Amino acid sequence: MFSKHWMLIAPARCGAEMMELLWLIPAFPLAGFLALAVTGARMPKRLAAIIGTGSVGASAVVALFIGMHFISSPPQGHLSSQTLWTWIEIGEFRPSITFYLDPLSLVMTFVVTFVGFLIHLYSTEFMAEEEGYSRFFAYMNLFVCSMLILVLADNLLLLYLGWEGVGLCSYLLIGFWYKDHANGRAAMKAFIVTRVGDTSMAIGFILLYFNLGTLNIQEIMQRASQAWPVGSTFAVAAAALLLGGALGKSAQLPLQTWLPDAMAGPTPVSALIHAATMVTAGVYLIARTNVLFTLAPVVQEAVAVIGALTLLIAGFSALTQHDIKRVLAYSTISQIGYMFLALGVGAWSAALFHFMTHAFFKALLFLGAGAVILALDYEHNMFRMGGLRKELPLTFWTFLIGSASLSALPLVTAGFYSKDLILWYSLSSEDGSPWFWAAGMAGALLTSIYTFRMVFLIFFGAAKGRVSRKPGMTMKFPLLILAVLSIIGGFVELPRIPIFSEFVKTALPSAKTLHEGLLGEGMQQVIASGVSLIGVSIAYLLFLRAPLNVERFTSHPAGKALHRFWFSGWGFDWLYNKVFVGPFIWIARTNKDDFIDLIYGGMAWYGRFFHVALSLTQSGKVRWYAMGITIGAVITIGITVFL
Amino acid sequence: MISQIPFEHGLLLAGALFVLGLIGVMVRRNIIFILLSIEVMLNAAGLAFVVAGSRWSQPDGQVMFIFILTMAAAEVSVGLALVIRLYHVFKTLDADCAGKMRG
Repeated sequence: MFSKHWMLIAPARCGAEMMELLWLIPAFPLAGFLALAVTGARMPKRLAAIIGTGSVGASAVVALFIGMHFISSPPQGHLSSQTLWTWIEIGEFRPSITFYLDPLSLVMTFVVTFVGFLIHLYSTEFMAEEEGYSRFFAYMNLFVCSMLILVLADNLLLLYLGWEGVGLCSYLLIGFWYKDHANGRAAMKAFIVTRVGDTSMAIGFILLYFNLGTLNIQEIMQRASQAWPVGSTFAVAAAALLLGGALGKSAQLPLQTWLPDAMAGPTPVSALIHAATMVTAGVYLIARTNVLFTLAPVVQEAVAVIGALTLLIAGFSALTQHDIKRVLAYSTISQIGYMFLALGVGAWSAALFHFMTHAFFKALLFLGAGAVILALDYEHNMFRMGGLRKELPLTFWTFLIGSASLSALPLVTAGFYSKDLILWYSLSSEDGSPWFWAAGMAGALLTSIYTFRMVFLIFFGAAKGRVSRKPGMTMKFPLLILAVLSIIGGFVELPRIPIFSEFVKTALPSAKTLHEGLLGEGMQQVIASGVSLIGVSIAYLLFLRAPLNVERFTSHPAGKALHRFWFSGWGFDWLYNKVFVGPFIWIARTNKDDFIDLIYGGMAWYGRFFHVALSLTQSGKVRWYAMGITIGAVITIGITVFL
Repeated sequence: MISQIPFEHGLLLAGALFVLGLIGVMVRRNIIFILLSIEVMLNAAGLAFVVAGSRWSQPDGQVMFIFILTMAAAEVSVGLALVIRLYHVFKTLDADCAGKMRG
């Protein structure tokens, strides 16, 4: 019943030599990583920048050619795969290194390589004065390689390799400035929290393998829809376990706490990993395994509920942050919440579309924030910024475009089209409900308030900081390109001309709409536009016209408590510290001298005792040695004679 | 035949000599006397070989004794050279002083 194209999996002999180049896409960044990692700090900065950026650029070019070929003469069944070699071979279990290209992975690859290239280019200037310049590019290249493996993987094991690879790079890059212990702690927090999800996902993979006997994603989908009826226990369990992994990686409720702290890494890292690509891996996973989620309607509904809750919670938290990067981090969590909402109501292509536009405008916002932070000597607090409109005109305009796209200002921005699609499906899809729609609308209002709060605080008002450094060409260029993409990126999917969802429909089933009559699509667009404009006006009134009102509110005890509650991200960190971290440390501490430790401690004690005793006998007195030999000989002879 | 002396007597003598030498090694402090006592022990062992050889009318015992003599000569030459070095360094022949080397 789930679209016939799953049956067309027969080896796609798409013929064209172009598709044979698929392996080059992840190979370039891998080569770049190896070159940078082997030479290390000996490599001159200029060369490191060329290798680091060039490798990602090269794979972007290959991706572009393959993409053009894919669109102009689509291979049979709109998919093509390339097997490189058999990875492991243990009896029946033989996963291979196979890359699989369909519209879904093509869109992901395109975004990862292009946005990745622009961010690498930006980093060449942003990181210019940092120690560990080539280390930075080595990690970044490894990240891009892992991310490409993740999205191109044909089987779950290869996907898991990429999944853990991006997790590792995220850890390494959050702790890039490792001399500050807080950064190391943030890196560990990100690693451990996502590990919770990853473990659940690994169990899910094992469950799938043992029940369906394969790790190939397409075969799993095919067999699952044959073997499991809708709502069967196994389907629900598998989908729920995979969802756990997606929640961890995509920083959704209840595993969202790591992302705001992950902002300890350099800003380009936040742009690439913690906004544009890695955190959307969860969205990719769910979209890729959409058949499983369709088989488990309970879990799919949970996806929508989690998305709706997360987008609201993160939106409220974003309202109260001081740190520009934390605002963007909460905003990322909130926008991924939208994607989850879309996945949950079965609007798979809308989620992917929002992923794409979000990658453009959120990368743009992070890079713009990086330019501001650098200009003000690493000032992160928005309340110490202001009036930068004149000093940094290009940054201002591009940041404004990114903000407009994030708050979905109508008609001219990419964010409008993607968010509008999600809101429409959250209402009209057969799994949608007015509640989801209301949550989405409230989130949209919050989004435009916090976004323009940020814009007004940074670029308007009186100047508070002194601009010490202006962005150069290599920082301006990515900003410009991303700004253009943040506008035109939405035009690939206009309400009546759905090019994008037509393109991905062979990989992602299109959403089924039911409640057409409840509220027309045009009407809902008007409402969505109105909401985002109202949000901007509220932000203008509250933060530019009369900032005193906000201060009056936050100085009131109730307001203060609410502010603190939102500022701390709804107290999740506090809760987890009390519920998990505290008891764990207590158990570890009480358990420190347990029985097992006594064995090892005893071994150490005896070792030390014999060491002391035997070294005493080495006195240097020849006659004692002779005595020792004699006694030994007498005892030996005595034993042989009398026993 | 000369073998009027009983086999046991020869072995007892060898044992007595060996024990005397051993006691000498253990109780003497003068390193020259320690070397002399070792010499006595070596000869006790040699005597035991000769006695055993004559008991079974084999020449091997006497062959072994010649080996032991050769080895003893080598041992004495090395030992005396060490004693001379020791005396130069410590200005004494007390073996316990060599314990200062902690080895």
